[in-house]
Amino acid sequence: MSDQSNSSPAIYDMAVVRGFAISALIWGIVGMSVGLLAALQLAWPELNLGPYLHFGRLRPVHTNAVIFGFTLGVVFAGSYYGLQRLCRVRMFSDTLSRINLWGWNAIIVAAAISLLAGKTTSKEYAELEWPIDIAIAVVWVVYAMNFFGTLIKRRERAMYAAIWFWLATVLTIAMLHIFNNLELPVSGWKSYSMYAGIHDANIQWWYGHNAVGFLLTTPILGLMYYFLPKAAGRPIFSHRLSILHFWSLIFIYIWAGPHHLIYSPLPDWAQTFGAAFSIMLIFPSWGGMLNGLLTLRGAWHKVRTDPLLKMFVVGLTFYGMSTFEGPMMAVKTVNSLSHFTNWTIGHVHSGALGWVALTCFATLYYLVPRLWHTQLYSVRLAEAHFWLATLGLVLYVTSMWISGVTQGLMWRATNPDGGLTYTFIESVAAIRIYDVIRSGGGVIFLGGALLMLYNILKTIQQGSARLPVPLPGGALPSAAGGR
Amino acid sequence: MAYGWHRVLEAKWATFTVLTLLAVLVGGLVLLIPPYFLQGTIRPIAAVRPYTALEQEGRDIYIREGCNTCHSQMVRPFKTETDRYGSYSLAGEGVYDRPFLYGSRRTGPDLARVGGKYPDSWHWIHFVNPRELEPRSNMPSFAFLTERALDPSLTSRRLAVLRRLGHPYSDAEIENAVEDARAQAAAIAERLRRDGVQLSEVGARSEVIAVIAYLQSLGHGVKPPAATPNAGGTAR
Repeated sequence: MSDQSNSSPAIYDMAVVRGFAISALIWGIVGMSVGLLAALQLAWPELNLGPYLHFGRLRPVHTNAVIFGFTLGVVFAGSYYGLQRLCRVRMFSDTLSRINLWGWNAIIVAAAISLLAGKTTSKEYAELEWPIDIAIAVVWVVYAMNFFGTLIKRRERAMYAAIWFWLATVLTIAMLHIFNNLELPVSGWKSYSMYAGIHDANIQWWYGHNAVGFLLTTPILGLMYYFLPKAAGRPIFSHRLSILHFWSLIFIYIWAGPHHLIYSPLPDWAQTFGAAFSIMLIFPSWGGMLNGLLTLRGAWHKVRTDPLLKMFVVGLTFYGMSTFEGPMMAVKTVNSLSHFTNWTIGHVHSGALGWVALTCFATLYYLVPRLWHTQLYSVRLAEAHFWLATLGLVLYVTSMWISGVTQGLMWRATNPDGGLTYTFIESVAAIRIYDVIRSGGGVIFLGGALLMLYNILKTIQQGSARLPVPLPGGALPSAAGGR
Repeated sequence: MAYGWHRVLEAKWATFTVLTLLAVLVGGLVLLIPPYFLQGTIRPIAAVRPYTALEQEGRDIYIREGCNTCHSQMVRPFKTETDRYGSYSLAGEGVYDRPFLYGSRRTGPDLARVGGKYPDSWHWIHFVNPRELEPRSNMPSFAFLTERALDPSLTSRRLAVLRRLGHPYSDAEIENAVEDARAQAAAIAERLRRDGVQLSEVGARSEVIAVIAYLQSLGHGVKPPAATPNAGGTAR
C-alpha cells in the first residue's frame, strides 16, 4: 500500500501547479499584447493615448507582465511540479503554496495598476515602488521556505540538476531584489534610492543583468533539465556537463552586469571585469545548450512529429545564439556601436522570445494535459503555434538587428570635414520601417500564443482536475502518462 | 567516478545551498564595494548643485512618465557623441541623482546636456505636440502635463528625504520649498508668455513647467571637455 501511494500522483499537490499554469497563460497574453501596442506606438505615435497609455508607462507594464507574470508563473508551475516528483514528496506546506500563488498574482495585478498610474522607480525590471517591493520579498521568502522545506523532507537521496538551477534562482533573486531596492519612502508610492548616480547605476545593472541570469536563464534551464528529458524520453546527455556548467554559470554571471555601463563614468576596471566575464559566459551557456541538444541523440525522429520537442530545440538554439551574441556585444568595440540602439532590443528578444518563451510554451503544453488528466486538445494547433512563434521571432529579431546597426552607423557617421553626417531625427526616420516589420513579427508571435490559449482552454475543458478513479488492477482510464 | 564528490554534495542540501550562495556573492562584492572608496565617484564636481525644489518635482514627473525609457542621459567619450550632445558624462555629476537616469535606449536623443539648448517655449510647444516642431518625431504628445497643476503637497518632503540621504539642503530650503518652487515656476511662466505662449491660470503652474525647469538644469556645471583635462578619470 505504502509503495503504491509513494509513487502515486495523488500524494502531490497539483492545485498550485494548475493555478500558476493558468495565471501564466493569462499574463503572457496580456504582457505580449501590451508589448505589441508599445511597438506600434513607436511606428505610429498617434497610438499614444492620454496620460495612462503612452509608451513611457506601457513599456514597464510589458516587461513586468512577461517577466514576472508569465515567465515566473511558468517557473513556479514547473518547479512545483518537478520538485515534488524529484523529491518524491508533497510540497512542504499547502498553505505556503496557496500564499505563493495568490500573493504572487496579487502582486502582478498591483504592479500593472501602479505602473499605469505612473508609480515607478525607473530602474529597469525593478520599477515597482516600495510597498510592492516588500510584498515581493515576503512572497519570495514564502516560496523559499516551501522550497527548502520540501528539500529537507525529500525521499530521494540525490538532488537532480533541475533542482540546483531552481535553488540558485531562489537564493540569488532574494539577494538581488533586496539590495537593488533599498530606498527611502517619501510617500506611500514614492521613494528615493539609497544609492546615487554611478553607484545606483552599478547596483542596478548588477541586479538587471542577473535578473536576466537568474530569472530568464537558471530557472528556465531548470525547466529544460526536467521537462526536455521527460518529453524526449531520454536521460540528460551528461551529468558531468551539468555539474561543470552549473557552477561556472552561476559564478560567472554575477560579474557581467557592468557590460551595461561600458563607456559610462563607471571605473574602467569594473567595465573591464564586466566585459571579460561576459565573454567567459559563452562557455557555461553553451554547456547548457549542448547538454540539452545532445539529450536528443537517438530521439531526433521524435522532433519531426512532436511540436513540444521542436519548441525545446529552437529554444535551445536561440539560447546558444543569444549567449554568443551577448558576449560579442560586451566587447567594447562592438558595444560602442550597439549600445543605446535597437540591437539591444533585438538581442533581448532573441533570448526572451526564442529561449524563454518557447521553453515556457513547451513546458505548458507538457503540463496542462497531465494536470487535467487528458490529452492535448490539438497537436496540429500546437504545431501551428510553433511555426508562427518561430516566424514572428525571426521577423522581430532580424528587423531589430538591421535597425540597431543602422542607428549605430548613422550616429557615428562623419563627413570628410569631421562634422556629423546625420541629425538625430534622420536616424529616427530611417528605422521606422523596421518598427513596422517588428510589429508584424509581434502580431504573428502573439497570434501563435492565442492559438495556445485556445488549445489549452479546450484541453482543460475536456479534462478534469480530479484524478480519475483507478480501474480494477490499478490502471488509470485516461492516457495521462509521463510521470 | 571523477565526480563522486559531487554525488555526495547532491545529497546535502544545506552544504549545496551555502556553496551556491558563496558562488553568487563573490562577483557582487568585488564590483559593488570598491567604488565607494574611490573619491572620484563620490565627490561632487565643484559646480554640481542639488536640484531646486521645482527641478526635483520635474525630475520625479520625468520618471513618472517613463521619459527614461526613450531618452538616455549619458554621453559617451566619443567625438561623435560630444559633437552631437556636449561633453561626456562624469561620475561626479550624478551625486544628487536618485535614481540615476542613464537609460539604455535612445529612441529619442540623449538629454544629459539639453539644459539651455532650447528656449522654454520650445519645450512647451514640443510637449504639447512634438510633430509641430519635428514632423518625423515619434514622441508621444504630453499635452496633459500642461493641463494639470503641480501638486505641492510632497515638495518639501521630497527635499527632506533627500537631505536624509545626504543632499545638502538647508532648513530654509526645505521649509520654503513650495514658495521657492512657485517663484521659479512663475519666472518660467513669465518667459513663456514673453515668447507668445498662451498660458491659462493652471498652465502657469502646471506640471510641465516643473519638467521644463528640470530639463533646463541638465548639464549645467559641466565644463566643456577641453577645459577639464583628465576629467574622465573616476579614480583621481
